[in-house]
Amino acid sequence: MKELNVTLNGVAYRVKEGSTILELCRREGIHVPTLCDHPDLHTKGICRICVVEVKGMRTLQASCSTPVTEGMDINTTGDKVRRTRKTIVELLLANHYTDCTVCPKNLSCELQRLADEYGLTELRWKERRERTVARDLSSTVFVRDNNKCVLCQRCIRACADLQGVGALANLWKGDRTIIGSAFNRPIAEIVCINCGQCVAHCPTGALHERPAGDAVWKAIDDPSKIVVVQTAPAIRAALGEEFGYPPGTRVTGKMATALKMMGFDYVFDTQFAADLTIIEEAHELLGRLKAAIVDKSDVALPMTTSCSPGWIKFQEHFFPELLPNVSSCKSPQQMFGALLKTWWAGKRGIDPDKIVSVSVMPCTAKKYEAARPEMGRDGVKDVDFAITTRELATMIKQAGIDLTNLPDGSFDDPLGESTGAATIFAATGGVMEAALRTAYEVVTGREVPFAHLDIAPVRGMEGVREASILIEKVKPEFSWLEGVVLKVLVAHGTANAKTVMTAVKEGRLQAHFIEIMTCPGGCLGGGGQPLPVTPEKRRARARAIYAEDGDFKIRKSHENLAVAHIYSDFLGEPNSHKAHELLHTKYTARGRY
Amino acid sequence: MARKIDVVFSDLEPGAALKKAVAMSPDDIIAIVKDSNLRGRGGAGFPTGLKWESARRQGRTACVVCNADEGEPGTFKDKRILELRAAKVIESMAICARAVGASRGFIYLRGEYSYLRKEIEDTMRRLEGLGLIGPSVLGASDFSFDLKLRLGSGAYVCGEETALIDSLESRRGEPRNKPPFPTEHGFLGMPTVVNNVETLALVPHIILNGAEWFRDFGTRTSSGSKLFSVSGDCLKPGIYEFEYGITIRELLKEVEAGPETKAVQIGGASGFCASADDFDKSISFEGIPTGGSIIVFDRTRSMFKVLKNFVEFFQEESCGQCTPCREGCSRMLEGILKFERGEGSSKVINDLLELAETMSLASKCGFGQSVPNSFRTIVSKFRDEILSA
Repeated sequence: MKELNVTLNGVAYRVKEGSTILELCRREGIHVPTLCDHPDLHTKGICRICVVEVKGMRTLQASCSTPVTEGMDINTTGDKVRRTRKTIVELLLANHYTDCTVCPKNLSCELQRLADEYGLTELRWKERRERTVARDLSSTVFVRDNNKCVLCQRCIRACADLQGVGALANLWKGDRTIIGSAFNRPIAEIVCINCGQCVAHCPTGALHERPAGDAVWKAIDDPSKIVVVQTAPAIRAALGEEFGYPPGTRVTGKMATALKMMGFDYVFDTQFAADLTIIEEAHELLGRLKAAIVDKSDVALPMTTSCSPGWIKFQEHFFPELLPNVSSCKSPQQMFGALLKTWWAGKRGIDPDKIVSVSVMPCTAKKYEAARPEMGRDGVKDVDFAITTRELATMIKQAGIDLTNLPDGSFDDPLGESTGAATIFAATGGVMEAALRTAYEVVTGREVPFAHLDIAPVRGMEGVREASILIEKVKPEFSWLEGVVLKVLVAHGTANAKTVMTAVKEGRLQAHFIEIMTCPGGCLGGGGQPLPVTPEKRRARARAIYAEDGDFKIRKSHENLAVAHIYSDFLGEPNSHKAHELLHTKYTARGRY
Repeated sequence: MARKIDVVFSDLEPGAALKKAVAMSPDDIIAIVKDSNLRGRGGAGFPTGLKWESARRQGRTACVVCNADEGEPGTFKDKRILELRAAKVIESMAICARAVGASRGFIYLRGEYSYLRKEIEDTMRRLEGLGLIGPSVLGASDFSFDLKLRLGSGAYVCGEETALIDSLESRRGEPRNKPPFPTEHGFLGMPTVVNNVETLALVPHIILNGAEWFRDFGTRTSSGSKLFSVSGDCLKPGIYEFEYGITIRELLKEVEAGPETKAVQIGGASGFCASADDFDKSISFEGIPTGGSIIVFDRTRSMFKVLKNFVEFFQEESCGQCTPCREGCSRMLEGILKFERGEGSSKVINDLLELAETMSLASKCGFGQSVPNSFRTIVSKFRDEILSA
């Protein structure tokens, strides 16, 4: 690749042809403000805040979208640039409904940061002090407030390109432009899958989750309620970012302590149920494989995972004909809730009506999942409130707790015990790896043939990953699997899921088991995680998750003794009738429109 | 005195120029166009030969687009060309296709000109019957040119070439980042030449008469003739063809504008307002350029109303993509309306001039970059009229 000579702020550099001015600036640590630019998304060049001066050109150039040329002479400061950027920030504020002190993005808003950076002390055009456009409050998962939108189109790109959904688009023209939904219908009525990647990419308070914190406080404050909390694996590797820790810091113990201090009556761990999910799902897979190989019946394969509710809704809209392929297992969040309000309530002699079941999730779609009609019985919901990592951080601060100064605590028993296999659910490939660690051993009696149980082929951040595992020297009752090469696939980000499932639909893809995570990176990159999100942060969180797995003494779901006890005491066998009643679910075909 | 010319609307035997072009190599066709110094007639004035050469250099199947989205207020010359000489334009597109290696083309016709659709398509069919376009151009087995007509939907911004391509691809019609330029990556990623109707209408004549003939008209920098669509306070509004270099005063005399002409808007809403002090300047790329629109205002006209009309137009037509133009057009209009309510002042003008600077420096495309042109020129020459509106 050819290298070009370029001058930047008076200093000569050599840079690869095809690079943009912004890439060079970032490489050299030269600050250029951006707004519509995002490492996850293709370049738009529409906010114009990143403009720089290029000698010989009358207009300023957007550094994000201008490739360097031989001999280019660039200035990132200077009076033209300074005045122009300041005016642009003022223009954005002039059309922005400003209620910073009560906005969910207060102190983390990128528009605020720009206003601060450009030292605005007065606005030539008055900012708006009232909403002129109705908010979209149709969704139980998130709120769309176009009054705060800066039209950076990051949400549109995230929804269309990262997620392959396309529920959001520009409507109208000029200063009447708004980010609208397909057919301008309420977002809850169209193909939105609730993944929250739009929320995760929004620089202002225009998009944010529907907060449930106040409802949870109300339950905690109510002495007649038993408030139980479960936390997903992804939280412990990201919550610290909201308290100043660098990405990739594990705060598991501090989190447990904080939850107890907040007043939850029981602090359990979603990871317990993740181990449970693996037992159910691994046996379900073996059941399907047997039906296909031995009975030669027309069973749906490949089987796809079912713990990611954004993915479930995606399938329901875009691939309803492939719903039979989806595992019938509920997600760990929902398996947990079901057991909590039946087995656990029964053991404790607690009336399920008195239990308020709260989950902390890296995910916005979990709010939708918790409210699905299948998720409960006799009018009792298995999970009453799902809050995001961000909401938990807010609540911890509201309680006056400084997470950084807490001693490490631990989860309560019995629903707090878990294994390393459960922890890796947070990363793309984690569910697959956990399932393989169990399925392989169930079938052969031996551990998976990978050093330290680390199944490298299913790890990593590439959008679609494949692996093949030879099943040999099996236990007698699995003789029908002898010599079978188990083909598995992992994909994350629903745009990649679309590619994979289209190939499945068209018969171009042969595989036995496919893990799909809605969000890029898996749950650790979920729509409810600390912001802003970047590929680097996701990698740091993944490192933390695998490190946490490595530190567990027990790293296989089938060795979780508390889970084993649930079977012997209550459920019977994996996939038993009772297990199906409580831990499995159904799906609903939905249209595209 | 600049000469009146009759090239664009003159009769031309259908096929004569294409036959001559096909007998040349594509590189030779491009050389003639380059040599002629022909520059785009839509307003931007990019050298046509360079554009064609850039597309050819990509070495991939290209696409030819005729930009018939004539939208600049006061421009009505492309309409006339399409009414009277569509055949010439179509033949020119085939010549371009031959030169750049295209097998597909589109005429992107302004939505408001939809009444011309049937006639143009009839002409297309007639020319296909003559073998000038279609699956086998002039009987050649290796040259096909599939031409289609597509309608716009009433968006001024789609006259900008990348927005036009966006619209052709069934998208919103928003301008795209340049680079890559359409000749490198245009319609569906193909190298794409987007040329104005008038530009295309001149090419067959250049092919037949030679580059030197074309350079004989006009000035050294602005070769050839230009159509002007003149409207406003004059006795003879209409379409005129003059060589480049004609002065404003000469033009005003030709169209019989009165002695009370106060201002001439050259280049439409995105152009420059000329006052009496400017009347000896030439209309050319090196003087005051225009895509053709000439609007004459006499003493009775309020320059404030003219300015307001232009800024209202831009606020309506902005695609809304980029911050400086989307927000700037609205703030500019709001500022101007203050004068109507007696709330204007020199400070307001100065704030608007700063806003204008930001728009001209930082907008993503030529639309936002040119919005300030009329504002700045009208304010600088008629400040008193604005202040006392």
